[in-house]
Amino acid sequence: MEIEFTLNGVRKRVQVEPNELLLNVLREKLYMTGTKYGCGIGECGACTVLLDGEPVLSCLVLAADVDGREVTTIEGLARGEELDEVQKAFVEEGAVQCGFCTPGFIITAKSLLMENPNPSEEEVREYIKGNLCRCTGYMNIVKAILRAAGVIPQTP
Amino acid sequence: MYDINKVNTHIVPVRFTYHSPKTLEEALELLSRYRGEARVLMGGTDLLVKMKMRALEPSHIISLRKVRELDYIEFDDQGVRIGAGTRLRTIEKSEEIRERFPALWEAVRVIGSVQIRNMGTLGGNLCNASPAADTAPPLIVYGAEAVIVGPRGERRVRVEEFFKGPGETVLEPDELLREVFIPYVDDAGSVFLRLTRTSMDIAKISIAVAAWFRDAEITDCRIALGAVAPTPIRIPRAEEFLRGRRISMETLDQAGRIVSEDIKPITDARSTAWYRRAVARVLTRDAFTIAWHRFESRRAG
Ligand SMILES: Cc1cc2nc3c(=O)[nH]c(=O)nc-3n(C[C@H](O)[C@H](O)[C@H](O)COP(=O)(O)OP(=O)(O)OC[C@H]3O[C@@H](n4cnc5c(N)ncnc54)[C@H](O)[C@@H]3O)c2cc1C
Ligand code: FES
Ligand code: FES
Repeated sequence: MEIEFTLNGVRKRVQVEPNELLLNVLREKLYMTGTKYGCGIGECGACTVLLDGEPVLSCLVLAADVDGREVTTIEGLARGEELDEVQKAFVEEGAVQCGFCTPGFIITAKSLLMENPNPSEEEVREYIKGNLCRCTGYMNIVKAILRAAGVIPQTP
Repeated sequence: MYDINKVNTHIVPVRFTYHSPKTLEEALELLSRYRGEARVLMGGTDLLVKMKMRALEPSHIISLRKVRELDYIEFDDQGVRIGAGTRLRTIEKSEEIRERFPALWEAVRVIGSVQIRNMGTLGGNLCNASPAADTAPPLIVYGAEAVIVGPRGERRVRVEEFFKGPGETVLEPDELLREVFIPYVDDAGSVFLRLTRTSMDIAKISIAVAAWFRDAEITDCRIALGAVAPTPIRIPRAEEFLRGRRISMETLDQAGRIVSEDIKPITDARSTAWYRRAVARVLTRDAFTIAWHRFESRRAG
């Protein structure tokens, strides 16, 4: 079947099977490999994307269900060479180790800051509960999100 | 049942025909046409996981994503009606649910992660019929009803009687859950508590209590637990014991003892039957203590 949806602001038409997952269509048909496959069962958040502006797990969404909707992946955040504020904060705080969990964390953080521009540390921790970092760099991830929110001042 | 380490969770290894009705009527027609071979899909957070494991292999998937008429929270003069397709996150964000049905709000808030609650729906949580479904105990103590629709019209079943066993409900293969109705219980003190291994896991054990008091006397109460029997269950013997008694640590401890006798827990990966029985006593005491404080502060405020 054919589906049509907006991916990072661009209309896409793709031929998909009924049992294909959004995650696989993104990675294998549209070559957007920023979004990662971790557990496949909703536990790790590596596959998080924004669907109509809200964070969902692309490993548990049928591609067919995305017809007519809007998807934002990690590739859609930067404006040209200019990184998004959250991406910059992750770089500056050293919140990236192997980087596998990073796209999922950044998308989730982006969603948090759109909902709540001034989160407390507790609110940050609660919101990212569904994202796991196997390198366990949680301290710096939390710092990066607070920094992007302007709660932690920019170090010169 | 299955071993997660032996499954390729990257794909859905099941071939099916995909349907995307736009109205409830169309959805019901499809369900009747493919009676028994179809499954409806809402958020997919239970169904797609089960299909990846091949625990379910439906040959037709009826996605309800476009059926807008299942997504609403409406307060009227008798209570609140929540459409089965309402996402858990929408319920969590409702100030009025938080205010008037705190136990339901507390249960919804601890389900999975933000992503899971953005996808998962109230109807999915109930129809999946896990003994650990977190919305079940609060809905049971609030006296909620499931509104079911099918080719023979509409019927109403109390949420307490909705579950038949793990993964099994009273729904016929051609029926859908349309709505959950919760009558107002604004004069009750209510609470939901659960224990988990880690915060993202499902419950080892959960409890909801709604209680009414006159001074320190418990005039009426309802107790329901999750993850301690094949379905979420009420504990009538403990409720009966508490009715008319003054609230005290001793009374609550005796009630807790009855609760721990009447549940039918198993030992599984999450906990042992022994631990579940032991902690049921403590949870009963804690839940009533909180319900009592809430009842008092409602009356005062
Ligand atoms: C990582 C993770 C963590 C989770 N944590 C929790 C937790 O803490 N507590 C908890 O209770 N659950 C938890 N869950 C389970 C799940 O997210 C919830 O049960 C959720 O509410 C299911 O809703 P859904 O819309 O995704 O259902 P789906 O998966 O779409 O459907 C579930 C089942 O219900 C049927 N169904 C759905 N809607 C209807 C309807 N209207 N009429 C008839 N049948 C219907 C479907 O056919 C299917 O069999 C978790 C799941 C994951 C993956
Ligand atoms: S890959 Fe989707 S949650 Fe882990
Ligand atoms: S940086 Fe390696 S998994 Fe998070």
